[in-house]
Amino acid sequence: MSAQESVVSISGLGKVFPKGGVTALENIDLGVQPGEFISLIGPSGCGKSTLLRIIGDLTQPTSGEVLVNGKPAPQARLDRDYGIVFQAAVLFDWRTVAKNIALPLELLKWDRAKRDARVSEMLDLVELNDFGSHYPWQLSGGMQQRVSIARALSFSPALLLMDEPFGALDEMTRERLNLELLSIWAETKSTVIFVTHSISEAVFLSTRVVVMSPRPGRIAGVVEIALAQPRGVRTREEPRFFELVTEVREMLHAVETEAELPE
Amino acid sequence: MINVIKRVAIGIAVLVGVCAFYTGYRELFLATGWTWPFEVDDITLPSLPSIVGALFDPVQEDGELLISLLFKAALFTAKEAFVGFVIGTIVGFTLGAVIARFQMLQRGLMPYVVGSQTIPILAIAPIVVVGLGSLTIAGWTPSDWLRVSVISAYLTFFPVTVNTVRGLESADPRAIELMRSYASGEWAIFLKLRLPSSLPYLFGAFRIAATACVIGAIIGELPSSIQGGLGGAIINFNQYYVLNPQNLWATNLMAAALGISFFLVIVIAEKLLVHRPPETLT
Repeated sequence: MSAQESVVSISGLGKVFPKGGVTALENIDLGVQPGEFISLIGPSGCGKSTLLRIIGDLTQPTSGEVLVNGKPAPQARLDRDYGIVFQAAVLFDWRTVAKNIALPLELLKWDRAKRDARVSEMLDLVELNDFGSHYPWQLSGGMQQRVSIARALSFSPALLLMDEPFGALDEMTRERLNLELLSIWAETKSTVIFVTHSISEAVFLSTRVVVMSPRPGRIAGVVEIALAQPRGVRTREEPRFFELVTEVREMLHAVETEAELPE
Repeated sequence: MINVIKRVAIGIAVLVGVCAFYTGYRELFLATGWTWPFEVDDITLPSLPSIVGALFDPVQEDGELLISLLFKAALFTAKEAFVGFVIGTIVGFTLGAVIARFQMLQRGLMPYVVGSQTIPILAIAPIVVVGLGSLTIAGWTPSDWLRVSVISAYLTFFPVTVNTVRGLESADPRAIELMRSYASGEWAIFLKLRLPSSLPYLFGAFRIAATACVIGAIIGELPSSIQGGLGGAIINFNQYYVLNPQNLWATNLMAAALGISFFLVIVIAEKLLVHRPPETLT
């Protein structure tokens, strides 16, 4: 363990799906430091979502080791060390927005007053104060995803796992939520691992972008994103932003061509 | 509010339409003398006014009106049906939950669950109601009406079991992962996710069971010596049909009203308990 304790530390990780023996991931080594915002990007089939799910102990690796907060991933899950956001908001239709956010707190057996206080804090954080008593289906897709983020952060996990959270949203909503996510990240000082298809989204949000290659999924390269913090609307217009987008794009193209060669 | 008025208006319009059709059919066939598919007269199709009128005629020596007798009978049958509904729901839900939890049981148990419903209820009723008449459990003998409730329960449990299995399995797999990410065990997943997910399915079953349990109670009364319920009234008025056909018709209307009342209670309960996107509500 390094002097600065890693939030996530992955070594020699591999995953073979039992059905058909497809190798989804091979030789993954990755360390994530506290406060980092890491994006996993790669073509479909590169195993980036699988990697995220392994970190969350929602699926098991075939080989290698995953430590979250210095503990094996299954223990970290049982200790509720992370919050997760999926591509779909996965809100419970029968619960109001406030009750959805309170779900993990109920499971943690927080008392009513403490829960209510935290829920109103979270509604504040995602700017949905007036919508606590609405039902999820009365909200737009972007608002639903904000509820889902609030729910994931409600119990203040050190780590936030996000699996293409904005993939189903339109471009304008996505950019607005990118900005909101950055301010939430700054406010909560959490560590984020973010899976995405979008190069510009990855560059805009991250402190590091991890580019993955497909079949089998490997880490093809890591791009440090040294853009100034806090980032804003202007960031996307900086020349340095375009250079970094180009760098990630070229790396992605290289792995795509490589992957297509044998076929 | 406008919606409510609209619905009530439609309800009344349909009722008036049905009455008009019945009366029109009767009058037309009486006037023309048509006999196909059956001969129409005061015995096969008594007039509506005579049916309603019969409700306010005394039926017994003590001068009790038919409507009062039928109302008491309906309450008696309602008690049997309600208790049967509760028993059937408990048994059906438990069975469904066990089948949903242990997939292996699905293949083993489901054929019997389905098979149970292919046996005509008329054949089961005498076995349960009469055959188990001497049943004693640890010194306690179930009363006659409680054995009739078993028939109601028999009809109730089937839709409840089938829809419990479907409902509990309808939980979004991503939501199950979400629950696992919160370190939830099977029990918490059941309570917080599977059970609420199953509610719309359960209420679908309850709607079917609400009317089925009334039928079960009436049929259950037939082979027994129970006189107090609608089943007893049906047998009784059946014997004097040629003399007083209106009495049987009135009894049938009361039975229908009872079934509809049960159904409405379920619909109202569903409205209060189930919060769903409007497009999935039917």
